[in-house]
This record gives sequence, structure tokens and C-alpha cells, in this order.
Amino acid sequence: MERSVFKFIYNYSKTQQFFILLITAISLPFYYVSLDIPKKIVNGALDPGSKSYLGPLEFFGVEIVQLDRLPLLFTLAGIFLVLVVINGGFKYYINVYRGKLGERMLRRLRYLLYGRILRFPLAYFRKVSQGELIPMITAEIEPLGGFIGDAFALPALQGGLLVTALIFIMAQDWIMGVAAIAFYPVQMYVIPKLQFRVNMLGKERVREVRKLSERIGETVSGVQEIHANDTSKFELADFSYRLGRIYDIRYQIYRKKFFMKFLNNFLNQLTPFLFFSIGGYLVIGGSLSLGALVAVLAAYKDLAPPWKELLNYYQRQADASIKYEQVVSQFDPSGIRPAEQFEADVDRPEPLSGELAAANLSLTDDDVKVVDAMSFTVGLDERVAVVGAGSSGKEELLMLLARLIDPTGGRVTVGGRESRELPEAVTGRRMAFVAANTHLISASLGDNLFYGLKHRPLRDAEYNEEDAAERTAALAESAASGNTPDDVFADWIDYESAGVEPGASLVAAGIRALGLAEMIDDCYQLGLRGTIDPEKRADVAERILQARAALRNRLAEPELANLVEQFDVERYNDNATVAENLLFGTPVGDAFDLDHLADNPHVRSVLDGCGLVEDLLRAGHEVASTMVELFSDLPPDHEFFEQFSFISADDLPEYKELLGRVDKDSLDALNDEDRHRLLSLPFMLIPARHRLDVIDEPMQARLLEARAAFAETLPDGLRGAVEFFDAERYNAASTLQDNILFGKLAYGQAQAEARIGGLISEVIDDLGLRDTVIEVGLDFEVGIAGGRLSSAQRQKLAIARAVLKRPDMLIISEATATLDGATQNKIMANLLEEFKGRALIWALHRPSAASQFDRVIVLRAGRIVEQGEFGELDQPDSHLTELIAAE
Amino acid sequence: MTLQEDVELLRNIPLFAKIEPSKLKLLAFTAQRLTYNAGDSLFHQGDEGDSAYIIVDGDADVLVDSPTGPITVATVGKNDFVGEIAILCDVPRTATITAKTTLTTMRISKELFFQLVCQFPQMSIEIMRELARRLEVTTRQLQEALSKAEAAR
Repeated sequence: MERSVFKFIYNYSKTQQFFILLITAISLPFYYVSLDIPKKIVNGALDPGSKSYLGPLEFFGVEIVQLDRLPLLFTLAGIFLVLVVINGGFKYYINVYRGKLGERMLRRLRYLLYGRILRFPLAYFRKVSQGELIPMITAEIEPLGGFIGDAFALPALQGGLLVTALIFIMAQDWIMGVAAIAFYPVQMYVIPKLQFRVNMLGKERVREVRKLSERIGETVSGVQEIHANDTSKFELADFSYRLGRIYDIRYQIYRKKFFMKFLNNFLNQLTPFLFFSIGGYLVIGGSLSLGALVAVLAAYKDLAPPWKELLNYYQRQADASIKYEQVVSQFDPSGIRPAEQFEADVDRPEPLSGELAAANLSLTDDDVKVVDAMSFTVGLDERVAVVGAGSSGKEELLMLLARLIDPTGGRVTVGGRESRELPEAVTGRRMAFVAANTHLISASLGDNLFYGLKHRPLRDAEYNEEDAAERTAALAESAASGNTPDDVFADWIDYESAGVEPGASLVAAGIRALGLAEMIDDCYQLGLRGTIDPEKRADVAERILQARAALRNRLAEPELANLVEQFDVERYNDNATVAENLLFGTPVGDAFDLDHLADNPHVRSVLDGCGLVEDLLRAGHEVASTMVELFSDLPPDHEFFEQFSFISADDLPEYKELLGRVDKDSLDALNDEDRHRLLSLPFMLIPARHRLDVIDEPMQARLLEARAAFAETLPDGLRGAVEFFDAERYNAASTLQDNILFGKLAYGQAQAEARIGGLISEVIDDLGLRDTVIEVGLDFEVGIAGGRLSSAQRQKLAIARAVLKRPDMLIISEATATLDGATQNKIMANLLEEFKGRALIWALHRPSAASQFDRVIVLRAGRIVEQGEFGELDQPDSHLTELIAAE
Repeated sequence: MTLQEDVELLRNIPLFAKIEPSKLKLLAFTAQRLTYNAGDSLFHQGDEGDSAYIIVDGDADVLVDSPTGPITVATVGKNDFVGEIAILCDVPRTATITAKTTLTTMRISKELFFQLVCQFPQMSIEIMRELARRLEVTTRQLQEALSKAEAAR
């Protein structure tokens, strides 16, 4: 990359910079004329004594002859107005153009930097943290955008103005001219010196701020260690120390910066002093006319702003240069991969063939030989186990084979071609690598599963006419900033890799891969907990309704009848809360949030209308009394509060006090706040669970009336806020499982959940719906870095992803270590079968599993100590036997 | 079944007879009523134990694994307290309990159980008494079995 910001600006925007200069130059005459017009108005049109301007008037050679003063005034005023518009137009155009140019250059720079991150050697990421890289690309270079548009135009323009004004002064009187610029040499000498020190401090500040963001990043990713070790005080102290460093630097910068400003202002003010003293002396002495002095003073007024602008510009460019250089230097690590490795576009890389060979392969890290002169060959139809202790170098070896890191000595060849020379289009598609800890992107499970197929945009996205024009413009803009011409919304999926017809559904292939990774069940469960949009997936909704009906039939069997209490608009559901019974639907958004249902105005008006308020208040009173009775003696931090109480430990005293004030029969005397307190309590009651017997049958009947009234009188604006339960309709706000269940699990039925789970599973299988549910599971959002999945699920997903692209060589680095033994064995058996005839290289954390592989390579301290078939190596005193014994 | 009825029911169990009513109410409120069909198991021998059960209604077999398959060592019924050994001694379940008829139980979590035992010494004594009784029964059974074996030899 360009080492200096000016070089960068010049290389990528010289035409545009020249254009800005040109437009600025064109705009200047208009500017000067507009300055001249007021004088013409004053001297020509308004001054009755002066006739001189009543002659022909010329503007750009066009002669305007005027006889009267009034039309002249209006003409001049009109011309002035036109010029104001023209000047404003120029200014607007130039500003927008400069802004556009700056933004494009910024975009280009960010793109370049990000592109370089993608080319960093992996080892570099141990030295530079995410917390440093992010602010560099986002915040640190942001001010460059504003500077770039000014980089050449501003000094040219302001310099021009300065020189013009200076020449004018010199023409009036050279002594005056010299006086005007007498302090320029001083400023030009002192300011850079001071600026240099500010620059140094600026650099240091950038470094400190980077360290600060690094610390914040570390805190975020290591927060559990902080809590586990009670080090938050220490972290705060450390953070405060760093803030203090930044403060000190900033303070010094301020002092120097404002001193510079002070000095500049002082010297600038000193010049008029010279004018008045020297000029006055000359006027009194008679060698300079008063008029000339006044003219010089006026010209000096024009001189000061450009000079100030130039000095200001000097500081900005110094700042921009530092920022640029400091950022760019971080993005040029040694060993950065050549861009061609990523650019080389192989449409369909040939399958790898022959063998994988390591010759004298070495990797040195901080003088430690992690991989020490390893030589071996693996046929691309062999399944090989790599075993060794933790520090044997097996992980690094596998990363070398996958070309994720480059060796420091020796080489890896695949089918005779050196792997270092292979484009990523070959290594990333024909090979697959699964690490012990996979990072998932924050997207859906399906996006993660199919991530390994997105190499190049293969088919254009389909847009309607309007969007197409917009996308074309956006891509043209992208190209104008030197960004990629690839459309992120295009179809990037490489269907052929997955063995699917282009454009066909990937689901079957995905499910197969998930099956090999033993992740089907997880995905099924996630699917059951997922939701669909019944309008987009009408077929699925329809079939879920069939499943609902089928489940209802099953639940009619006597021994299952008690498991679920299904929703029935005519009946009160004993296993649901009062709130759920009243709403009889799933809330969408916050309006009818079940925890705060009592606060909703519509709910209150319905309750009032049905005369339920008093009953609920009484119920609330009873609940409160019971809670106070049960929980008063417990310590406030007792877990029962959270698990069982309707009233939190903090609120309990208030309720106790309330109950002391009012008894059950004088509830109408309650003030609003107390009513509110009591009213919210019964909404959480579940008769079957709490057995408090406060919602008696007459009250249930009235709640049913309220349920009907609630739905009938629901204002139009709130229609979307609740999705009512309807036996014949799919409920878009509920999960698949709740849609099938269409009711509440009954309390008090042993293992009800497991039994219902089994029943639902049977129903789904009977209807052939399992794959559909799994497909819905693919929409599950995995969260930041896959945080919503368990680590076992993340690993299984990574394996499925690797299998899905059907690589010629699959390299697995202890990827199943976090899984339970049974699942590990199943996955291993699946993959050994799947990769018959292809290469499978697996670093095992349980050496005994090596017996299932064609061949075993045994490592110790970075060296190969044994290799061969398991049977040959499984001898007394062999390293392999030793490793197995230590298992 | 209301909470009040549950409290009455608990009061009739010797183990809880001396506990004040408000605590029994808390016990009833936080305990989980569970119904099992005949043939269902409350827990299996070897499981981790996290709760004890009061049998409210119905009968259940206490089964112990043996080389020849599970053998029924006892039958428990209404007002019996089962499953407390695993939570008292932190050992896996020592037996399997399987419902003989439709069985209604109240499940008491380990935390609640310990809290009650700590607060009410009377309960500890009741538990000791029950354990001692069982030990006595077991010892007697063992003696019988040994003498039978002796006779067979």
C-alpha cells in the first residue's frame, strides 16, 4: 500500500482532484464580480453626485446602457441576485463533489484494509487484536474522508488568494507588503516544530486508544474469567490507568495546540500594529498616501483568512498523514499472503488427485520447533489418524496440511503441486478443515451450514426493475471506489459442490450432512421451537395444522388424555395463567405482554365492562395474603422467591403493609396505586399449578365472557398485537410445537413433557413432516459466534458444513473432543464410511480410536516417531501403545 | 385439589405432624403434585437423586436390581415417604420405585427438604425413627435369609 497519504490520494483521485481545482478556478471570477457589484450599486446607482457609472456598464463584455438610476439599481440588484445563486451553486456543487470524493476514498481505504486483514497470515492475529483492528478501520481513518477532498484544492485556492492579496499590497507599497508578511518566516519556522511535537503526541495517543479498545475487547471476551476470579477492581484500576495516560497525552496536545493557536493569533495581530506604526509614519512623512494605507489595510483583511486556513490545513494534513501511516503500517505484516492467491478465479477447480506429501516440513514459532522436519505421504484415498500428546504438534501439522498456516521450512505438495502456490479457490473448496473450536457467524443455522458453499457469485440475483436499477447503480459506485463488483445478494451457493442441481433445494443435502454429523435431533428440536410465516410457507402451516389434528386424535386415547389441556374458546384452561385465559392468544410485540397485562387500558376497560375488577381485586388480596403468609419468614435471597413467589422479596414488605391497611371487605376504598398492585397478582395464577382456589367457577365463567369481549372490542390499532388461538388456523406468533400442541401441558402429570415430545415426534413422522421441521430448524439464529448453540452443537454444525461441500480431503483437528463418547463414535463411524476412497486426516484426542483408520501417524514433540497400519504399531513398547495406555 | 386439602393431607403424615401449619402450606405450595400411571417409575436405581416423594394416593413397588433381574423388596402406599435416602446421603438412588396403581405423589425438592429438616428438629427425629425402623426390618430380613441359606446348605 501507499506509504503516504498524499501518494494514496494522488494515485486514486488525481483526475477528481484536478477537476475540483478546475471548478474552483472557474468559480473565482463570479466570486470577484459579486464582490464588485455592491461598489457599483453604491457608487453608480445610489450616489446622485456621481455620473461616472451612468455610462455604459460592462459585464463580461456585454454592454448594458442605462439612462435612469432606478432601472440601473434594479438591474444591478438583479445581477447581484443571480451571482449569489451562481456562487451558492458552485459552492454547493464543490462541497458535494468533495464530500463524494472523500467518502469514495475512505471507502476504498477501508476496503483495502479489510482486504488485507483477509490476507494476514494466521500467526499475525496472535499479535494484533480485534480490539485494535476494529477502531483502525472504523474510527481512526474516518477524519481522512474530510481531508481527502481538501488535500489539493484547499492549499491551491487559499494559496492563490493569499498571493493575490499579497501582490495587491506589494503593488501599493512594498514596505507595507514586507510588513504584512514579516512574521510569516517566524510562523513557518516555529509552527512545524510545535506541530511535530503534537504529531508525536498524536501518534502516542492513537496507540494508547488502541490499547484501550484492546482492553475493552479483552474484557468482553474474557468477562467470565473476571467474575470467576473477582478481578473487576483490578480491571477498573487498569482501565483507569489507561484513561489517565490518554488524558495526560490529550492535555499536552491541548496545551501545545492552543499555544500554537495563541502564537498564530498573536503574530497575526502584530501585523496591523506594524501597519499602523510604519504606515502611519510613512503617511505623516508624506511618502505614502492615506488612501493607499486604507487600501492596504483592507487588503490585509483579505490576507489573514487564507493564511489562517493554510496554517490550519497544515495541521490537518499532519494529522491525516500520521493517522494514515500509523494505520497502514499495521496492515503490512511480513508473510502477508499474495492477493493472487485469492483473486485467481478457478471456475471449477479440478478434484485433487495423487497424494499429499510433506517433505521436511517444519514450523518454528519463537525459536521452538513445533513441527520438526516431518516427511510423509498420504494417498488421497487414505483415512489417516494423527495421534500424539497435546504438544506433539498435531494441531499445527494439520493446519499446515490445510494450508491455513505456512511452513517455515520444507513443503507440502498436493498431487505434485506445492500447496503454497495453490489458490484458495482450490484449497478452500477441495479441502475442508474442522478445528477444535469452530467460530460461527451470527446468522441462521442454515446460513452457517451453507457458508462453505459461498465462494463466488454464480447466478445474478433477481430484482424487479426498480431494484435492479438501484443495484446496478450501487455496484457502479462500488467499482468507482475500487470495491468489488460482486453482488452480495447474488446467488453465491455452489450447488454442484453439494451435489445438487443449481437452484434446487439444498435442504436434502443439508439434512444428509447434518445426519452424518449426528445433528439431526438438535436441528429437529430447534425447528419445533421455531416459528414460520404462514403466508410465505402456507404448505408448512397447512401440514402443521394436520399434525395438530392428528395429535388431538391421539390425545383422545384415555391414557394420554390427561397430558395436555387443549385450547378451547368456550372453556377455561386450568393449566394456563389468568392472563393467558383472558387474552386467549399469543401476544405480538409489547402491547399485551403477559407480565403486564393488567396495565393495558383495553384489558382494564374489558374487565370493567364485565364487572371483573372487584373479583380480581379480591383474588389479588387473597393471593397477596397467601404470599405474605408463606414467604414472610424466608430470607430475602431465598431461591423460593424467584421460583415460586408472585411477589418479589423486595416488594413483600409493601404488600404486607398494604394488607395491614385494608381488609378484604373494604377494597373499594383502595387508592389507585394499591388497586394496581393487587390487580396485577391474580393474572399470574395457574389454577392447576398453584391450587390457591381463588379463581372459582363463576369467576372463570366471567373471565370467559371477558375473553369474548376482549376479542370483540379490540381496537383496530391493536389487531396486530395479538394472534388469537384458533383451532382451525396456524398461529404465526407461536412455535411449531405450540401450534401442534394447541394447548398447555397439564401440571402434575409425571414426565408429561417427555411423553408429549414422543407423541409429537410420532405424529410428525406419521405425516412425513420431520424434514420440514428440520428445515425450520435451519432458520434458527445461532447468535453471536454461535453462542445460542452448545459447543457440541457448534462442532457438529462445523463438521456438517465441511462434509456438505464434498471435499477431496477432510482434515479434522480434534473437532469432536467436546462431544460425549457415544456421539463421537457415531460421527467417526459415519465419516470413515463417507470418506471411503477420499482423504480423511483426523487428529484424535483418543488414540485408541486410531484402530479404525487405514493408517496412523504418531507424533512426539514435533517429530514423527511412528507411522503405519494400526496393527503394525500396536506392539508392546510402541509409542502408540504408550499413548493408548495413557488415555 | 386445593392447597388447603394438600395441607390437611400432609398433616396426617407422621413425619410432618409436628410442623406448624404455615410451613406445611409452604411445603404444599412449593411441592409438585405428580400423577403416575400404573407401571410408570418415579425414579430408577442408580439415578441422581434431587427430590423425595410423599405418596398421596395409590401403591408402588420398591424394586432392587439383582443378578436375576429386579426383585420387589417392599410395597409403599398412602402417606409413605420415599426417595429420601438419595438426598440425605448424596448417593444415587438405591432402588427403583414403580407405580402399581395410578399413583399420586408430592415431589419435594432437596433444598426444601433440607430447609425443613434444619428448622424442625421434630422432623429429623421422625426421619431417624423411620430409618431405624427400616434398618430393623432389613436386618430381620437378612437374618431370615441367612438362616434359610444355612438350612439349605
